[in-house]
Amino acid sequence: MYLYDQYDHLIVRERVAQFRDQVARRLSGELEESEFLPLRLQNGLYMQRHAYMLRVAVPYGLLSSAQMRMFAHIARKYDRGYGHFTTRQNIQYNWIELEQTPDILADLASVEMHAIQTSGNCIRNITSDEYAGVAADEIIDPRPFAEILRQWSTFHPEFIALPRKFKVAINGALEDRAAIAVHDIGLAVVTNEAGEIGFRFMAGGGMGRTPILGSVIREFLPWQHLLTYTEAVMRVYNQYGRRDNKYKARIKILLKALGVEEFTRQVEAEWADLKDGPETLTQEELDRVAAYFAPPAYAALPAIDPLAEHPDNKGFANWLSRNVKPHKVPGYAAVLLSLKKTGVPPGDATAEQMDFIADLAERYSFGEIRPTHEQNLVLADVRQDQLFALWQEAKARGLATPNIGLLTDIICCPGGDFCSLANAKSLPIAAAIAERFDNLDFQHDIGDIELNISGCINACGHHHVGSIGVLGVDKDGSEWYQVSIGGAQGNNPAIGKIIGPSFSALQMPEVIDRLLQVYVRSRFEGERFVDTAQRLGITPFKEHVYATPIVAGAPAGEDHYA
Amino acid sequence: MLELHPQIIKDKTIVADDWSVLRLDDTESPETVEVPDGKIIVPLLVWQAQREQLAARPEIGVWIGADERPDELKGELDKFAVIAVNFPKFTDGRGMSIAFNLRRRLGYSGELRAIGDVLRDQLFSMHRVGFNAYAPRPDRNIEDALKGLFVFSEVYQASVDQKQPLFRRTHREVQPGDSDVGYGI
Repeated sequence: MYLYDQYDHLIVRERVAQFRDQVARRLSGELEESEFLPLRLQNGLYMQRHAYMLRVAVPYGLLSSAQMRMFAHIARKYDRGYGHFTTRQNIQYNWIELEQTPDILADLASVEMHAIQTSGNCIRNITSDEYAGVAADEIIDPRPFAEILRQWSTFHPEFIALPRKFKVAINGALEDRAAIAVHDIGLAVVTNEAGEIGFRFMAGGGMGRTPILGSVIREFLPWQHLLTYTEAVMRVYNQYGRRDNKYKARIKILLKALGVEEFTRQVEAEWADLKDGPETLTQEELDRVAAYFAPPAYAALPAIDPLAEHPDNKGFANWLSRNVKPHKVPGYAAVLLSLKKTGVPPGDATAEQMDFIADLAERYSFGEIRPTHEQNLVLADVRQDQLFALWQEAKARGLATPNIGLLTDIICCPGGDFCSLANAKSLPIAAAIAERFDNLDFQHDIGDIELNISGCINACGHHHVGSIGVLGVDKDGSEWYQVSIGGAQGNNPAIGKIIGPSFSALQMPEVIDRLLQVYVRSRFEGERFVDTAQRLGITPFKEHVYATPIVAGAPAGEDHYA
Repeated sequence: MLELHPQIIKDKTIVADDWSVLRLDDTESPETVEVPDGKIIVPLLVWQAQREQLAARPEIGVWIGADERPDELKGELDKFAVIAVNFPKFTDGRGMSIAFNLRRRLGYSGELRAIGDVLRDQLFSMHRVGFNAYAPRPDRNIEDALKGLFVFSEVYQASVDQKQPLFRRTHREVQPGDSDVGYGI
């Protein structure tokens, strides 16, 4: 993985000093809260319901064991012993004291980490494919480009006060595992007829209040021009993006208003001046950064069937089928550690689990861990002949729930329990649904399904692209939940359609059950929920869900996260 | 309304200043407003409406609003002793692109001054995109504001102050002494 040189260390150290000074000026009253707010946001510090929340960047979702141990240390020393992995591959701590944040940042800097631009109206952490470097369908490893973009966007002086936040995702494989269509900029690595590497450049995607899939503004951008072209897009957005209404301020609204053609024309006009300028990438620079992502020292191993020695072990078989993914090197596999054990808020990990995961990564996977945007953790380079041993160890610590991609692998934001933006709680909904459908045989029968829950329209829980999406809404001061179906990420992304009037929290498990009933009776052999939902449209689901009164269930799971 | 800044930051030091910024109120129009004698920085629209009279003055300045385009001054940049860019709010970054374009695209090399809601914590970035003068908000200590220009000693990307990105300026390589992983635990 990327290692800091003297310049990276210097910049991050100076950032810590800058923020320490800003905090001191806030505490002394020299800085007003309204002036401090954008400064702390650009360091990932939010004021939440109970305390400050600190979001730490995990650039393109790649962590070392030493960094994971630091997360555990921070959880113990400054928080309440746990952290929350987010849908943007970062980690958040929910119980932070303002006075301690400079020390936390100094601790993070000691493991080459920071919280720079994890919030605020600037270019955020760049996200990517959790199987980068190991996936068989990869064209080129996207992480060197993500790192190059990270450095370029870090404190970019012209783009520190954009109209709104700005998210970039990059995917280097045939299958899109980075949800690039719902990002402000989505980059797909492609090759042209001459076999050269470049990007299909999308812009204007996003979720939130107005979910829109991105538009392709350039079919092929040679990789050398990645930074100059991005700069052109940013300059058009910085100048012309709306600033009068924060709900209309994302680049997607500008792109819709101008139309793709006119937007692209403006970008190209801006780019004409920048093309071949100093920010044009050189082969030397790409090689320098790419060297950090060279494959680890794989052993020459035969591909084996890991189940062969344990033919009657159903638990192991379930785990292999859901939590173990193919690897491009024979004899290796990628393993997902599930952070979706029923009764635990999705994405949460305790300090003890973090330390344990750091150990597992060192013993089984070259000391690297990858948070996913589905809020699980990947050990990307595990020997197939060690899968059984790893499974036993992970299982003993509650990290081997065989539910990856299943109903209880819920994407969920922190919601109204923590977040001051939320209209409604999201964690109790996730908990109640997970309890209701905890039966693994049932989950395996339902198969691949993405249940995504957001506590407000900002869509941190990616509800728009869930097979089933749940959105918390506020109606006259009480919490209600709007349900959509048929959303999808990947190569055929889609925005889900709302089925009808919203439900109370206690009705939600029953609503999910009714949706699944329609699926089970209507599906073709092997058809996924999302495909059935897209094939049939919302009508049969709607008719069944609203056919009879929905009895509210008992409050469930509250004590699990109290 | 005339806005005075007895002191500004210019070229990284605090200096006395005798320019005034003319701002129109709702009742005034660019065509008819009377521009007082002396060293005045006028709104772009006033310059465009009264170009002939104003150009005849020994010294004149102009300021560009966040929603105006610097290209409007193409071909006449040498007429101004100072060009200012107004920041209606410190969270409005349009002025950053205006400054960049004035320097890099239009080749302006004279004094470029940030006016309006100009605060210490934005000065470093302002310097990078081409500002060399700053009129910090008058309710703030200008000595403190000056410190904002010295926050970082290295940067990754190219801009006006630094024409080459880090990767073209230096040989980058991790040295044995660079890593101090984990000292904080």
